[in-house]
Amino acid sequence: MKGFLKREDDFQQRRVHLADLTDEQLKERFWNLLEEVVDPLLDLAKTHTSPAVERSVLLRMGFSSLEAQPLVDGAIDRGLIGHGAGHVVYKVAQAKNLDIRTAGLELIEGKHWDDAVTMFKGGVK
Amino acid sequence: MQKLDINKKLDVKEILNDLEHYVPKRRGWVWREKSDKQVYGPFTYSDMSTPLKNYIAGPASQYFNNIDPQPNNTITTEIASGRFEDDIRRMRMAAWHGADHIMVIRTAGQSHFDGLIEGTPQGIGGIPISRKQVRAHRKALDLIEEEVGRPINYHSYVSGVAGPDVAVMLAEEGVNGAHQDPQYNVLYRNINMVRSFVDAAESKKVMAWADMVQIDGAHNANATAREAWKVMPELMVQHGINALYSHKVGMPKANISLSTVPPTSTPAPCMKLDLPYAVALRELFDEYKMRAQMNTKYITSSSREATVTHVMNMLISRMTSADIQSTITPDEGRNVPWHMYNIEACETAKQTLTGLDGLMEMVELKSEGYLREQARELKERAVLYIEEILENGGYFNAVEKGFFVDSGMYPERNGDGIGRKIDAGVGAGSVYERAADYFAPVTAHYGHNNVAQYDEAAEKDPARLIDGCTFEKPEKIIFIDELDETDNVNKRLEETEKYRGEHGESPFVKPEVQWLGDGVVTVDLVIPLAARPSQYAALEFAKKMNLKDAEVIHVEALHPSEGTRIQVKGVLDMDLDMRTVEIPPEPEVMSDDEIRALIEAHPVKIVAGTVGQDEHSVGLREVIDIKHGGIEKYGMEVEYLGTSVPVEKLVDAAIELNANVILASTIISHDDVHYKNMKRIHEYAVEKGVRDKFIICAGGTQVTPEIARENGMDEGFGRYDRGVNVATFIVKKAKALRGE
Repeated sequence: MKGFLKREDDFQQRRVHLADLTDEQLKERFWNLLEEVVDPLLDLAKTHTSPAVERSVLLRMGFSSLEAQPLVDGAIDRGLIGHGAGHVVYKVAQAKNLDIRTAGLELIEGKHWDDAVTMFKGGVK
Repeated sequence: MQKLDINKKLDVKEILNDLEHYVPKRRGWVWREKSDKQVYGPFTYSDMSTPLKNYIAGPASQYFNNIDPQPNNTITTEIASGRFEDDIRRMRMAAWHGADHIMVIRTAGQSHFDGLIEGTPQGIGGIPISRKQVRAHRKALDLIEEEVGRPINYHSYVSGVAGPDVAVMLAEEGVNGAHQDPQYNVLYRNINMVRSFVDAAESKKVMAWADMVQIDGAHNANATAREAWKVMPELMVQHGINALYSHKVGMPKANISLSTVPPTSTPAPCMKLDLPYAVALRELFDEYKMRAQMNTKYITSSSREATVTHVMNMLISRMTSADIQSTITPDEGRNVPWHMYNIEACETAKQTLTGLDGLMEMVELKSEGYLREQARELKERAVLYIEEILENGGYFNAVEKGFFVDSGMYPERNGDGIGRKIDAGVGAGSVYERAADYFAPVTAHYGHNNVAQYDEAAEKDPARLIDGCTFEKPEKIIFIDELDETDNVNKRLEETEKYRGEHGESPFVKPEVQWLGDGVVTVDLVIPLAARPSQYAALEFAKKMNLKDAEVIHVEALHPSEGTRIQVKGVLDMDLDMRTVEIPPEPEVMSDDEIRALIEAHPVKIVAGTVGQDEHSVGLREVIDIKHGGIEKYGMEVEYLGTSVPVEKLVDAAIELNANVILASTIISHDDVHYKNMKRIHEYAVEKGVRDKFIICAGGTQVTPEIARENGMDEGFGRYDRGVNVATFIVKKAKALRGE
């Protein structure tokens, strides 16, 4: 077996502290406890990103799924993903005075990555 | 294509034409509205929505002026043929039968595809959700909803390791609803849990922007658990985690729908288990929507049994609530659902919800006793469950420790839950911390986004920095047509071209169940043997019937040795050129006024009755009675002799009353008694020397005009004939007899 907990139904003992709650109080407790469960998960999502999140940003910026993938891979390979893959495209576009799409397509061709690394690591704002 | 023509098949090629430029008509979910005027035909209802412009009503509607009341619950149909071009035709059929939520099942395996699938490859048990397929479906539905006169919600899936990508694509394509629940990824698709929750927040934010309705995945615990009714406390916790997570990301509660299933099925005393659960759930989640799913856990190959289960499930929907009534096809336990079962399931839902209209105005759920005690206990068990998740350090730890889908009724634990490791699973290690300058210049992005470093004024609208993203500027969307040269819709259309024709019309036809030209048919047999030999006998009979790839799809013992019911499916590998098929013209029907005028000039007296040992009277009374629009209304005088009338008595009465017409009704067809009776009437009238004096007709559900005439009748009337058909024939025949 997987070594997970086995336990007889001890509902009657466990429920003692719930027994006197009204239905309304019980419901409130249900939702308050759930909040404690989901809040850390929400914080995690606020402060982290993933290849799929970044691809979804690039899709919204006007890239196809086939184009989004190499841009995200490029950002991961160069340690830039934490700044945002869309951000890399945006910053390159600004620095090189290109439109967003052209900047992205040129990045896919392998151009501008060294500059991007410098821009982000160099603390350019 | 501007509009569909009811009399023409939907031309799939036309849907595909210029698809790259198609922009969906609208965005967001549309609920049915409870109608102000709850009137359909002669009836006043309580829980109905507005009528459809075009529809096909249930079979019994023929007795009710073809009314088709539409319950105010959204009705779902789930389509899973794997070929989107065939799904389109099924959507249209389902819409005519009352479906306004079309859920196209996603192909097996897409959950682990890290990115969007493009083009139109064929799927397994569903379609790959690609932009082209989704766009084609939405385009077709934009036309279909005009045809039936009600908005139709299109639904897909935002799960797997490409959830956010899919969410964006669905939002861009005007998809109206989707399943989204990170717990589903974690428990059933073994996708890394950290990745799933990070992705889910982005997906939900996008779905909220698109005003999509979200359905969760908790019902899967029910379908997976060893004893489905024991996961009830956990189900409430799973619903709660996803609902609150979604709401806190920004989704309105009114767009968050719980996917809830009555957990058990007969022979369990299912109401005693399912109803308290349904009540408890709706009390805890009173601000959220309910999508009532039907039980699939205990579905077998018996479509009859599944239908009964589903009807009982809907009794619970009516006694509690169901904003969305999902329908599971009754054939789901034996094959990937077929067209006709989608329709059956929609009709089952419509029929049941209509039949139970106003139920809760007449009965109420007890506020004390068993129901209340059970509901309370379930809620307490759920609260205890969450307490223990927190005691163990939160959700991720609880999953690692195998809390979920344990077969014990919590707090009982059997140690057989689905456990996952925080650093394992598909996509493990693919989550990155956002830097302080993290930035995404798009709409509906969740979490830290340092827009201010570029423009403080753009914080509320980051997409402004790129002059609008695809959500504001759909022209920025890049449409990919096809990537696979062999696996695509064009190849599939070529293969079925013979049956598809130039504009969706072809003279060649083949029976089908899911794909155009698939040739699949079913045969019902009763074999007077035990179950096992019957199956093999049935397969041999299928071969003799020239069915290819025959397969037994259902076996039901009628008795251990006396007989077995077998359903077999197979491929009928032949087609028909409809130009060679003789179709008799539809019977001509005279206007009421014409008939009345002729009867006034030449009165007709009729003797009528149900003959033989037959106690049925409904059909004949429908044909006769003035109140059912029967022949009396034309001024014909009818002498109704009742049921089980001996043949001789019918003819003797006609002679005695000096009638012109004899109408014999015969429903029972056992041993062909209906035809034997016709023959006897004819022969007795001949014997008496009066055959020429009378117009003699027979009617009944199994009667066909051809065979009635072969058995001496002047005409026969079947299940679809009404008073007007009978009256038309009588006046015409009378006219002919008068030599006019």
